[in-house]
Amino acid sequence: MAIEVYRIDDRLVHGQVVVGWGQPLALGFLVLVDDQVAASDWERDLYRMGVPPEMAVYFESVESALSHLAEYRQLPDPGLLLTGGTATMRSLVERDPAITRVNVGGLHHRAGRSPRLRYVFLDAGEESDLRAIGARGVDVTAQDVPGADPVPLDELLARSGG
Amino acid sequence: MSEGPRAIVAAHGDLAEGLVSAVARVAGAAAAARLLPFSNANLGGVELVDALRCELVASGAIVVFTDLPAGSCTIAARRIARESPGLAVVCGANLPMLLAFVMASSIAPDTWRQAVAKGQAAMCVAEEGAGGD
Repeated sequence: MAIEVYRIDDRLVHGQVVVGWGQPLALGFLVLVDDQVAASDWERDLYRMGVPPEMAVYFESVESALSHLAEYRQLPDPGLLLTGGTATMRSLVERDPAITRVNVGGLHHRAGRSPRLRYVFLDAGEESDLRAIGARGVDVTAQDVPGADPVPLDELLARSGG
Repeated sequence: MSEGPRAIVAAHGDLAEGLVSAVARVAGAAAAARLLPFSNANLGGVELVDALRCELVASGAIVVFTDLPAGSCTIAARRIARESPGLAVVCGANLPMLLAFVMASSIAPDTWRQAVAKGQAAMCVAEEGAGGD
């Protein structure tokens, strides 16, 4: 199997990931790529607690993820990789050409961000990151849950409201 | 407002509002006033923690009832509980649990423990006629 979804989501592990994507895709594992979470026992326990026992969770920094992604792609079950922001995903994409699709799953309202969809708000840096990811030929779409229609990057960036 | 400890019901979408509304229908508005509904809608991880913390400070609630163990409300509540000794986080809230909480005669800080037991005990499968003759 493979890593089926490369997802940007500022909530990291939460209901949409574990249930919304996890059940229909029969996910066997999550890879959470976040330097701060990877460095903290407490943060790792926090996110591990919410995941059902049949789903493994692996915690990686950007650097360690890049050295382990090939191994994750060899696991027998499908998996989902998570980053909390666009910059981390951009770092992965720029150094791992095997990432061909990126899902923008949730970047919520905060100061400096502009609304694009109900669940996607972007600042200038995030927009630049997504453009850079797309410019590498990666298929970037916004989609919060599997049952929603994916919104292509060009359409996402052209939108000005939720 | 009725006597006793207060709680926040934190959940996805409009679930918290609905649960508190149901409590008010069953137990009365005064009892339901001990529960504050909180939705995670449109909030990112950091913003969710900030908003929930503000609600806790403003309300004096000592319990956060959440809907889903893996949910963002639970993650946020656990983050706050780490810095707030005495704050209880209860996952998987249901109506019997919330009713037990607001109807408890005790005003002890751990009233929520009895409510959890009630909520767990209330779960059942009604199979009348399932055998089908």
